[in-house]
Amino acid sequence: MMLIPCPWCGPRNEIEFHYGGQADVRCPADPQAVSDEDWATFLFFRDNPKGVFTERWSHVAGCRRWFTVRRDTDSNRVLPSEGTQQARTVTT
Amino acid sequence: MAEPYAESPLATYTDVLERSSVRGQLRIAEEPFLAQVTVRVDPKSPAAERVGTALGGMLPNQSGEVVLAGDLTVLWLGPDEWLVVGPEGRDRDVQERVTAALDGEHGAVVDVSANRTVLSVTGPRARDLLNKGCALDLHPRAFESNRCAQTMLARAGVILVRRDAEAPSFWLLVRSSFARYLADWLVDAAEEYRSGGGEP
Ligand SMILES: [Zn+2]
Repeated sequence: MMLIPCPWCGPRNEIEFHYGGQADVRCPADPQAVSDEDWATFLFFRDNPKGVFTERWSHVAGCRRWFTVRRDTDSNRVLPSEGTQQARTVTT
Repeated sequence: MAEPYAESPLATYTDVLERSSVRGQLRIAEEPFLAQVTVRVDPKSPAAERVGTALGGMLPNQSGEVVLAGDLTVLWLGPDEWLVVGPEGRDRDVQERVTAALDGEHGAVVDVSANRTVLSVTGPRARDLLNKGCALDLHPRAFESNRCAQTMLARAGVILVRRDAEAPSFWLLVRSSFARYLADWLVDAAEEYRSGGGEP
């Protein structure tokens, strides 16, 4: 069981969260202009490091906000991220 | 023409809940039909301030903060989202006042009174009971009076509010479709207190 730090609610039980996969995956600016291979890479291919990984989580059973977490996939330790302030930006 | 009427999700559970209560220790009861209105607005906007004025208390801006404004209770649900809870029948009035305060600015006001019902769990055993199915630390040092949290209780999503007027007292706001499941779970979890003791 992991404690995941929601930037709003603080550390909460893993069962309150939904996993969103790798963070900062950019959609090609002009999807028509990229090759099929580049498009497939964007759609389906993700990093799978043993070690520090930047990923998206949603606090679905709590405040329902999306935020970014840096987690060591080997130890499951969550690392402090510089993105905390950014993660708290309110979007309406 | 038939008169519209309301039936609470736990209408048939009144006796069951009553029987599972233990005098002086624990009381479980439904508080049906409370008015509930969801409000969303940019917390830094003038509109948010106007909404606060209209409700009679500023919108709470800290995670889990609860603001009491007359007979209304305003719960923090998210950085730009609140739930206003009031007595039965107040929903329309709250909705109209908040909508007027928004004055066309970007925001949302939705009557969600029928979405959830409220279970009150009161008494010295209340915290014990809830912590059987909830991972949050509910000790008053960590979860004070007039705090709220959205979390899981026995695998059901709930909004948990600590009220503590006289005795330790919690509100569980639970979706109507989960209400009977959660009531069954509470009754079962309260069994040990009813059959005398609870302490080994
Ligand atoms: Zn949260």
